[in-house]
Amino acid sequence: MSIFSKFDDIRAAYDALDKNGRNPFDIRFEKIISPTEAILDGRRILLFGTNNYLGLTFDPTCVEASVNAIYEAGTGTTGSRIANGTYAGHTFLEQQIAKYYGRRSAMVFTTGYQANLGLISTLAGRGDHLLIDADSHASIYDACKLSSAEIIRFRHNDPKDLARRLRRLEGLPGSRIVVTEGLFSMLGDTAPLREIAAVKREMGAYLIVDEAHSMGVLGKNGRGLAEAVGVEADVDFVVGTFSKSLGAIGGFAVSDLPDFDMLRVTCRPYMFTASLPPAIIASVTASLKRIATDNLLGARVLANGRRLYHGLARAGFELGPEPNPIVAIKISDRELAIKFWNALIAGGVYLNLALPPATPGSQSLIRSSVSAAHTEAQIDRAVQIMTDTGYRLGVLTESDARIAMPAAE
Amino acid sequence: MANQIENIEAEIVGVVQARIPAGVKVSAQTRIARDLGLDSVAVMDFVMDIEDHFDISIPLDRVAEVETVEDLSRAVEALLKEKA
Repeated sequence: MSIFSKFDDIRAAYDALDKNGRNPFDIRFEKIISPTEAILDGRRILLFGTNNYLGLTFDPTCVEASVNAIYEAGTGTTGSRIANGTYAGHTFLEQQIAKYYGRRSAMVFTTGYQANLGLISTLAGRGDHLLIDADSHASIYDACKLSSAEIIRFRHNDPKDLARRLRRLEGLPGSRIVVTEGLFSMLGDTAPLREIAAVKREMGAYLIVDEAHSMGVLGKNGRGLAEAVGVEADVDFVVGTFSKSLGAIGGFAVSDLPDFDMLRVTCRPYMFTASLPPAIIASVTASLKRIATDNLLGARVLANGRRLYHGLARAGFELGPEPNPIVAIKISDRELAIKFWNALIAGGVYLNLALPPATPGSQSLIRSSVSAAHTEAQIDRAVQIMTDTGYRLGVLTESDARIAMPAAE
Repeated sequence: MANQIENIEAEIVGVVQARIPAGVKVSAQTRIARDLGLDSVAVMDFVMDIEDHFDISIPLDRVAEVETVEDLSRAVEALLKEKA
């Protein structure tokens, strides 16, 4: 009996993935060429599963800021903010984030995962009630494990269910803290945030919105779903990440609440980890400036998302409910999904394979995310490869096509 | 009281039966994840149906302790008592 034998079931499932070809948990790129292309097994491949929404990872201004920061301040901070001190770059970035969101305070974390882990687990103490969307990201679930609060899940994107669960708490002491996401990472659907905000106001709760996938994408200024639907005033805490639209790594939380900075001396995932290195702080500061001043990037990623979504919908694929920059093809047959994903890589398109239980409704998903950096030609080529491969493997049949495909010229 | 837990069990079995293929036998000793082939998320979703059936909320830490239908019945019973 090995210490690892508790993972026997997972091992069997993991090993079974190999028999269809590549293991989705072990993809190794030889080279990343650009935000939209890489080399895999010696061949050029289109990247459609990166979360690189604005394509800023190779932005010359961000790269230059990052390189200069290393020369000026070194490669790392070698410790945490509370022990080793805060660098000027950390404070400046926090001020810029607060300004961008029009909030009183901002706090930077070392990863987006830690931002959720730290904020949620620290805010919700013993006797409090955390109400999380059932399809929440793993970082939110892990925050719940770390928190001493009572955890209740509400049905995905269902404000009525949230209200019902809040009503069951009537008469009990403790704060109510509702957690949802702007754009859900698996199916690309948005939360009914206007309705959730109304429930929150009516029942008296705090509201945390994780805008990890919607920052720089939704809202006139790219501040996410809360901006897009006009409920920023109802959102007590916005959480976000630097690893997607901002092209680096790290996380943040913003708020208007006066005692927000107490988190700096109470939030363990903030206190007991090394702070972000100067190179990251510098590129994020530069990319934030870029998105704060360039609305076109957000418009382009949305247009690209619609192009991919409608292209795949016309081909007859079963997709998530909304045309956003995350486009997921639903496949109920797990083995077929694994084969399809492998064949797409062989055909020259990389995207994400998502399998239950990481997916809602026990479905398998071929999940793609588009970038503002994709050209229309790249998107059309990806749609063509996905459609051709879909027919070849039987993911699509003739009766699926919504309109007649134009004849090849 | 013994009667009540049996009633709760019977109601839970009814909710389970509606979610699984006909012919699969469910009893108090049925292990919800292992015997019914549900993954961790499917178990949590099934628990939501139970919550709505009894109009209670079962906190996630209590869901984690549940293995069998009987465990779930006891958790429901305790919460119904707290509510009363």
